[in-house]
Amino acid sequence: MRLVILGATSAIAEATARLYAAEGAAILLVGRNDQRLSAMANDLRERGARLAETTVCDLVSEPDVMARLEEFAALAGGIDHFLIAYGVMGLQGEAEKDPAAADAVLRVNFNSVAAWSLAAAAYFERERRGTLLVIGSVAGDRGRRANYVYGAAKAGVAAFVEGIAHRFADTGPRALLIKPGPTDTPMTRGMAGRGMLWSSPEQIAAIIYRQARKARGPVVYAPWFWRYVMLIIRNLPVRVFNRMDI
Amino acid sequence: MTYYRPSKDIRSWGGVIRGEHEVAAPAWRDEVAPIIAEAIDRKFPILASGARRSYGDSGLNPGGALIDTVGLDRIVAFDPQTGIVRAEGGVTLDTLLRMFVPRGFFLPVTPGTRFVTLAGAIANDVHGKNHHLAGTFGCWVKRIGLVTSAGQELELSERDNPSLFRATIGGLGLTGVIAWAELKLEQIAGTLMDVEKTAFSNLEEFFELSTQSEVGWTYAVSWIDTIMAGRGVFLRANHAPASDRPPRSSERRYRVPVNFPGFLLNRHSIRLFNAVCYHKGRLRAGREVVPLARFFYPLDAVDNWNRMYGRRGMYQYQSVVPASAQADATREMLAAIADAGQSSFLAVLKTFGTKTSPGMLSFPMEGTTLALDFPNRGSETTRFLDRLDAIVREAKGRLYPAKDGRMSAEMFRLGYPDWQEFAKHVDPQFSSRFWRRVAG
Repeated sequence: MRLVILGATSAIAEATARLYAAEGAAILLVGRNDQRLSAMANDLRERGARLAETTVCDLVSEPDVMARLEEFAALAGGIDHFLIAYGVMGLQGEAEKDPAAADAVLRVNFNSVAAWSLAAAAYFERERRGTLLVIGSVAGDRGRRANYVYGAAKAGVAAFVEGIAHRFADTGPRALLIKPGPTDTPMTRGMAGRGMLWSSPEQIAAIIYRQARKARGPVVYAPWFWRYVMLIIRNLPVRVFNRMDI
Repeated sequence: MTYYRPSKDIRSWGGVIRGEHEVAAPAWRDEVAPIIAEAIDRKFPILASGARRSYGDSGLNPGGALIDTVGLDRIVAFDPQTGIVRAEGGVTLDTLLRMFVPRGFFLPVTPGTRFVTLAGAIANDVHGKNHHLAGTFGCWVKRIGLVTSAGQELELSERDNPSLFRATIGGLGLTGVIAWAELKLEQIAGTLMDVEKTAFSNLEEFFELSTQSEVGWTYAVSWIDTIMAGRGVFLRANHAPASDRPPRSSERRYRVPVNFPGFLLNRHSIRLFNAVCYHKGRLRAGREVVPLARFFYPLDAVDNWNRMYGRRGMYQYQSVVPASAQADATREMLAAIADAGQSSFLAVLKTFGTKTSPGMLSFPMEGTTLALDFPNRGSETTRFLDRLDAIVREAKGRLYPAKDGRMSAEMFRLGYPDWQEFAKHVDPQFSSRFWRRVAG
C-alpha cells in the first residue's frame, strides 16, 4: 500500500496515516511545515510504516500540479491511495466584507483541491488503478449564513469528485468524497460547543480507512447518520430554515 | 484567534472535585509556547493536564488554564540497542505498550493503569509492583524537554539543569509543560507472567511474605480485606520465559456507562465483594501463567470504573509509612477503619524498597504503602480520613498527592520536608488547586 497525503499535518490526516502505518504502508506526507511533517514521519515509522517521507509544498499556489504529482509518485514508489485532507475554515464575517478573504477560502478549499484532483485522476487513469480520497464537509449540503463561503467551496468539491467518480465508472480507479460532520480538530478550535454530534479525528480516520477499501461511494458521510441529518436539513422548507439558527 | 475554550465541568478521576477551566489543546510541540504566552496575557494561572487519572485536585486548576497535552502523542525516536524511547509527553503508556511489547520491550515501572500519559507518569513519579527492585518511574527517565513560561524549551537530565530535573520528576506539573521525555524500556522474553497467589490471614504473615519475596520475585503486591482486618491475598510474579503460546490479541473490555446510584456501594456489598475476593484467592492459591495485561492492569478492563461510586465520587487515600513504624501504623489504620465502620472496596498493601526516588516531591519511601478508596459521604468521610492522617503523621509517613484532594497544608509540609526547595523551582505562572491549598 502506497499512500500520498496532501495537508498531512491536519488532525484527520494524521489519524488516518497511523492506520495505514499500522499495516506497514509506504506514506508520503505533503504539507507546508517541514518541522511538523518530520515529527509526524518519525512517529509513523515507529508505528510500522515501511516508508514515511515528507515533502514541502505550498499546495494552493503550486504552478505545475501535474509535474509535482509525478514527483510525489516517485518519492512514494507509486500511488495507490491519494488523500486530499487540507482546508481552511476562514472567517465568514470577514469574507462577507472583503472579497479577497472570500477568494482565499474558495481558492484553498475549491480551486486548488480541484487542480490536485485532476492531476491525481490523470495519474490513476494512466495506471488504470488507484483511489482518490477527498475530504469534503456536510457544510456543502446546504448554504447557511454561518459559513456559506466555506460551504460553497465544499459543495463545489463534492460535485467535482462525483464527476471524477463518474468519469472513472466501470474502469479501474475510484474517487471517493468523505463528508465529516463537525469534528474536534485544530481547524474548528474557534467554533463553540462540543456536543454529542461532534466526532473525533480518529473516528473520521477509521471511516476513511475502511471506505477507501470498499468499492462503494462516491459520497460517504462520516459518521453515517449525517446522511440522514443532512437529508432533512436539505429538505426543510425555506420558511422553517430561515427561522433556524444553525 | 484564541487557543482556549471554556470548559464548565472538568472533574478529576475521583469525581469529588470539579471546576471550570479554560482549556487549550496543542496538537504540535511548537504550539506549547504560544499557548503558555496567551495564558500569561490573559492572566490565567497555568497547569498541564494529561489523561486526567489523578484522583484529587493535583491535576485541576479551577479558574485557570489547563493545557491538555494528549494531542502531543508522537514517538520521536527509539533505539533498540539501548531500549531508550523518546516520545512526546501526551503519549499514553498504553500506546508505548502496544508499540514496544511486540518488539520485546516493557515499561521498567508501571502503575496499575496503562491509560496515563508519559508526562503524567513523570509528574507524579508513579510506582509499580516492582518498587523493591526498580524504584519509581522517574528512576528510568533519562531526559525531559520542559517548556516554561519563559517561552523556551529546556532540556533536563542528571547533567543538564539537574535540580530542575529532580523538581520536575514528581513535580505535579508545576515546573512547566513536559513536552517530551526519554524513558529507558526494559527487555522481556515474552508477554506472559508467572504469578503466584498466596492467601494470608494476618499482617504478620503479610510482612513475612513481603520479606521473602524481595529476592527472586520481580513484582509483589497484595490485596487486603479492610472489614475482616488483616486477611488478604498476596501476589508475586516474574516475567515468564519465552513460550510458543501466542499472546492473546483481543482483551475483553467492559464499561460502566453511567454513574451508579450511591447506595450500591455500602458496607454490605463491600463486605460481600471482599469475602468473595478472599475466598477466591484462597481456593485458587498457587501458580499460574497469565497475560501481561491481566496481571498489571485488571481494572483497565472496565472503562470508567470510577462511575461505580456514583455522582458524589470517591476519595482515594494512599499513605506510606517508614519501615520502622510499618507494622504498628498499618495495624492501627486497619483498626481505625473497622472502628469507624468504614470499608474500602479495594485496598492494596505493598512494601517499598530502598531505592531512592530522584524527585524532590516523590511519594515512595522505604516502608509500607496502603491504598484505600472510600465513597464520598461528605464530612463524615473527610473527618474519618483526618483520623488516618493522625496515624500516618505519628509514624512520620506521608500521603500521595496524585490521590489526594483534602490533606492539610501541615500534613503535606511534614510529609515532604524538601517542599520549600521544590517550591523554588515552581514556574511562577503555573499552579494547581492542590498547590494553592498546601503551599499557598
